[in-house]
Amino acid sequence: MSQAAERAETAPGDESGHGEEGAGGVLAYSVGLGLAALLTVVSFTLPALHLVWAPSLPIALAVLAIAQMGVHLVFFLHLTSGPDNVNNVLALAFGVLIVFLVIAGSLWIMYEMNMNMMGHGAMRM
Amino acid sequence: MSATAAAHADHGVAGIASHQGPAPKRIVTGYGFWIFLLSDFVIFSCLFATWGVLVHSTADGPTTHDLFDLNTVAIETAALLLSSYACGLAGIAAQRRRAAAFQICMLVTAALGALFLGLELNEFWDLVAKGDGPQRSAFLSAFFTLVGCHGLHVSLGLLWLFTMMAQAFAKGFRADILRRLMCFSLFWHALDIIWVGIFTAVYLYGVYL
Repeated sequence: MSQAAERAETAPGDESGHGEEGAGGVLAYSVGLGLAALLTVVSFTLPALHLVWAPSLPIALAVLAIAQMGVHLVFFLHLTSGPDNVNNVLALAFGVLIVFLVIAGSLWIMYEMNMNMMGHGAMRM
Repeated sequence: MSATAAAHADHGVAGIASHQGPAPKRIVTGYGFWIFLLSDFVIFSCLFATWGVLVHSTADGPTTHDLFDLNTVAIETAALLLSSYACGLAGIAAQRRRAAAFQICMLVTAALGALFLGLELNEFWDLVAKGDGPQRSAFLSAFFTLVGCHGLHVSLGLLWLFTMMAQAFAKGFRADILRRLMCFSLFWHALDIIWVGIFTAVYLYGVYL
């Protein structure tokens, strides 16, 4: 490519702005794999071993899942907080906002609706 | 080739010029594909919301506690995670222009992806054979839609993967091929992110809550 490609800019999924990258590439993926595997194993064993107070389980699993998504974004998709990544991170922030609105909004609305329907003899949807 | 690529980089994307000049085509392509992936996440968020709303609507049929086998899910999860890792290694091999290593890593990626898909199809087949197909209850409709949509993405990803292996073999690691590889790698990693949501919200929540 040209000198344009040599600027320190990275697309999402890119290892770095430069065509060459050192051994850090493999290392970054391996660290990501280790962290993701650790979080997965904890997710699967935590409820089975009754290690945490049962009512806190949904929150604990959600936190583990979101942490693992973060690990994937940083180590596999190479989203960083660097100045070259501002556009990608802003787009992600917008995506997260929409995802949150859709999921939390739907669950909230349908839960309230079910609550209000209870008086008419309907149990759950 | 490099002359046309540079021309594209200089004139094709003038709209996003910064003080350094227009961004290279690799950046623009990656950003555009990233926007597409985010829109895919939004689609999946609708399916997750549907799942959350309908999960208790079992129509007196089987519930989440009756159907899921966490051992299978654990193997599926491991397969997809390792597949993502192999895909990352394939990307590094491509950047270093190591054709043999690239093809081997892509084959490992494909094999693990196919293992995931086989286990998932087997699960679906067992459910349908027991009469617990998507038409059994709203809960099962939501389950098949959400997990099936992810499986469909993995299937299309596999198709794309073999296409990229063929293109890298036939055309070498040209700049445009490397851009496509970057997009494929993003897509494959994004599937793993969706799967994290599925094994937590569908399987772990379903079995333990």
